[in-house]
Amino acid sequence: MSIYKFFIILFLFTVSLSAFAQKTDVQEPLLFANQQQQERFNKLTEELRCLVCQNQNLADSDAPLAHDLRREVHEMVLAGRTNEQIKEFLVTRYGDFVLYRPPVQKNTYLLWLAPLVLLLIGALILRSSIGKRSALLETDKETKD
Amino acid sequence: MNSRVLPLMAFVLLVALLVVGLKIADRKTQLPSPLINKPAPAFNLPVLGQAGRTMSRESFLGTPYLVNFWASWCVTCRVEHPVITDLARSGALRVIGFNFRDENADALAWLAQFGNPYEVTLVDLDGRISIDFGVYAAPESFLVDPSGVIVFKQLGAMTHDIIETEILPRIASMESGN
Amino acid sequence: MTVELGQIALLAALLTSFSLGLFPMIGTYTGNRRLMAISTSAALIQCLLLLVAFGILTSAFVNQDFSVEYVARNSNSLLPLHYRYSAVWSAHEGSLLLWELILGLWIAAVALFSKRLPEVFRARVLAVLGWVSAGFLLFILFTSNPFGRLIPSAAEGLDLNPLLQDFGLIVHPPLLYMGYVGFSVAFAFAVAALLGGEISRDWVRWSRPWTLVAWAFLTIGIALGSWWAYYELGWGGWWFWDPVENASFMPWLVGSALIHSQAVTEKRGAFGNWTLLLAISAFSLSLLGTFLVRSGVLTSVHAFASDPTRGIFILIYLALVVGGSLALYAARAPKMIQGGGFAGLSRETLLLINNLVLTVMAAMVLTGTLYPLLIDALGAGKISVGPPYFGFLFSWLLVPMVLALPIGIYSRWQQDSASRLAGRLMWPLLISLVVGAGFWITVPGIGLVAAAGVSGGVWVTAGSLFYVGQHMSKKKHFKIPASILAMTLGHVGLGFFLIGVSLTSATSSEQHLRMEAGDQHVMSGYTFEFNGTRIVQGPNYTADEGEFIVAKNNREITRLYPQKRQYAQRGNSMTEAAIDPGFTRDLYVSLGEPLDDRGQAWAVRIYYKPFIRWIWLGSILMMFGGFLAAGNKRYRRKIRANKTEQTGTKEVTA
Repeated sequence: MSIYKFFIILFLFTVSLSAFAQKTDVQEPLLFANQQQQERFNKLTEELRCLVCQNQNLADSDAPLAHDLRREVHEMVLAGRTNEQIKEFLVTRYGDFVLYRPPVQKNTYLLWLAPLVLLLIGALILRSSIGKRSALLETDKETKD
Repeated sequence: MNSRVLPLMAFVLLVALLVVGLKIADRKTQLPSPLINKPAPAFNLPVLGQAGRTMSRESFLGTPYLVNFWASWCVTCRVEHPVITDLARSGALRVIGFNFRDENADALAWLAQFGNPYEVTLVDLDGRISIDFGVYAAPESFLVDPSGVIVFKQLGAMTHDIIETEILPRIASMESGN
Repeated sequence: MTVELGQIALLAALLTSFSLGLFPMIGTYTGNRRLMAISTSAALIQCLLLLVAFGILTSAFVNQDFSVEYVARNSNSLLPLHYRYSAVWSAHEGSLLLWELILGLWIAAVALFSKRLPEVFRARVLAVLGWVSAGFLLFILFTSNPFGRLIPSAAEGLDLNPLLQDFGLIVHPPLLYMGYVGFSVAFAFAVAALLGGEISRDWVRWSRPWTLVAWAFLTIGIALGSWWAYYELGWGGWWFWDPVENASFMPWLVGSALIHSQAVTEKRGAFGNWTLLLAISAFSLSLLGTFLVRSGVLTSVHAFASDPTRGIFILIYLALVVGGSLALYAARAPKMIQGGGFAGLSRETLLLINNLVLTVMAAMVLTGTLYPLLIDALGAGKISVGPPYFGFLFSWLLVPMVLALPIGIYSRWQQDSASRLAGRLMWPLLISLVVGAGFWITVPGIGLVAAAGVSGGVWVTAGSLFYVGQHMSKKKHFKIPASILAMTLGHVGLGFFLIGVSLTSATSSEQHLRMEAGDQHVMSGYTFEFNGTRIVQGPNYTADEGEFIVAKNNREITRLYPQKRQYAQRGNSMTEAAIDPGFTRDLYVSLGEPLDDRGQAWAVRIYYKPFIRWIWLGSILMMFGGFLAAGNKRYRRKIRANKTEQTGTKEVTA
């Protein structure tokens, strides 16, 4: 075969390989300017939900959508956006479902307050119990004397 | 007697919740779109097969249109394809394809194989516009009104039923509103 | 041919469970001793039949009988033998059969080891267990039969999920179920006591060993699940507050309250209603967990194939068992306050605080787990509740419990003095503060919360150990009673757990990198050098295996070999992390994706996890504490025939 044919074939072959290379345009691991950014990214992606998974966070998921959303978060972290801004970005598109830390709002007041209320009830039960039991102790002592 | 009944009462409420839970179990991962009644996200995307040409959100103002996110790797898109084709043929509204996270060559091949129902297909190569639309599954369709506001979202395959009950009535009210 | 025999065995077991539930119970009301005695034989026969059924299913797996649908779905001709055994419980139907088998074994154990219990009470306990078993067998036979045939039979199986082809699957479910199911015994004791009408302290003493053993198994079962997730999933996580994990943790929390409440009721007669309710709740939460995991109501990585039909069945079962027992509680639980008085500062009070905190913890976990469902059911939106909620609240709820724990260990029953306790606890307090401050100052980035957590763990550990020391010095010899040793093991285990969790959460390092052969990365004083990958062949997979040379201070300390496996049958790819375990730290490396076509560059994750083993070490210590406490000779003492001890029941309206 002529030398031209060889190079044309080689060229076409390389071009076709580049098509494979385009498959994952999200190049992970994602790199950051400094350790703080990396850690902010890690913490954020651990608190964000992978929407197409069976209960996994964005940090651990392998789903294509997760790759893309990590890319978005990555860019926003590099651009200096705050955590609130990044979460806001996702919530306006996907709703509160994407947050593993439920925001404190009308439909989550009960969720966040319930443990506090339960503790208070527990404290009341404790106080009432101790009251009764102490009184009992006193009468026990009196009967003994 | 009072306090001893409390656990039972609490349990009855719990069971009631779980009964409802069973009823709604099959739609537990269907997320309602926060974009309903909000303007469609901005986009300015290349047109598939027409080098150099792009279309933006503004290009579509004035008429209602259906944004249909699809891809060649999406199996359910083939299932809804006949329905989308019927909808486009009926002329009830413009049907715009949004090919996302795909390859142009694959997309063209897919359309050649199954038929092209779209007025145009816009290319969202890296999927960013799909993220702006809050797309997480495929296919997903959005009905946008003449002023550019999203009025309805269909998660998953479009069906004739949905067209009858959700799409056409909304188009009708858009027209009577004007 | 033989799998149908398995089905017949199950049917026979069902009939036996009905007999167990019905006849002895009737006998207790008619005074018919023959009927009551049926309980023993029925319990043993049921157990035998369940062993037969389980054995038949196991042999179907071992012999690769792909004409059985369940086997075809979960096995493969290339599957190694040991996984063929564990594949039996890898999916819904088989795991339910394991559940039922374990229940059968517990019931048989109760039948064999409770001969000294009063006849009527014993018959009622076994009858209640018979009903529990009957309901489960009905569920299995009607909705989840593992013996169904595939016609025509499959030529090849779908293979066991690669994530489950692991040692963890062999041990985690059986041990977990031993605990989960074991709480049914405490439940049955409580119901039998309520049925009997006269709630004395004896039933509590008899139920303690059973409860402690179940609790110990549940502790190790959960710990194994956590450890398994850690090394198997490849991301270094060990707890995710996933609904299924929560489903096992809630019974554990309530069970922990129960074992302490039982101590008070046995020794002091107080908290009788607490103990009854906690015993009912622990098993109820086990059943609730079973429902949540298999009904499809919640989204979870662990969920078995979800099916609302099965969900309806379990819900009815749950409603009957739990609703029935709670109704019985409402009707029959003593209205009058039981036991004697005690002061504000007393062991009783501290254990009451313990009861309350653990109950609130369980309620918090339940709230968070079910809240998204509640909001969705009300049409109020779709939200997610994850680790940021559970972890945050759990840490805060730990504070009162951790503070109270050593005080509770030292305090006397009925009444104690603050100055005496302060004197005893001064040293543990000082040590904990010093250690906590030390960590806070010397470890960069540890944060106040984690340092406080370490303090808390040391406070609990030191408090427990000093108590033993005080005991030894008071008695002037080194012999520690088993009961004190058991208590110490349990609490020291908790202390270690707290230290491990605090340190690992706050000071772990994690790095995602691109590495090529020859690249090095330094993390926390360790150098990781990547030596490229090679292809290795497993029994049913092919893998890219990477080699990492790990060095410290220029000396090689180990080589790690993480793998990226491709399983032949299902085509999944899976990452198998490589771990260098240590008492004070784990080094963890996993391979992500190859970053170029020739596989020379890889996405790599490297983790440094300090003190993470303390989490599971602590759990193991707690488990040993539970088993040791159960072995207390006191429980095996001959039960005095007629007298039931009723001490200090006072006519005070509650």
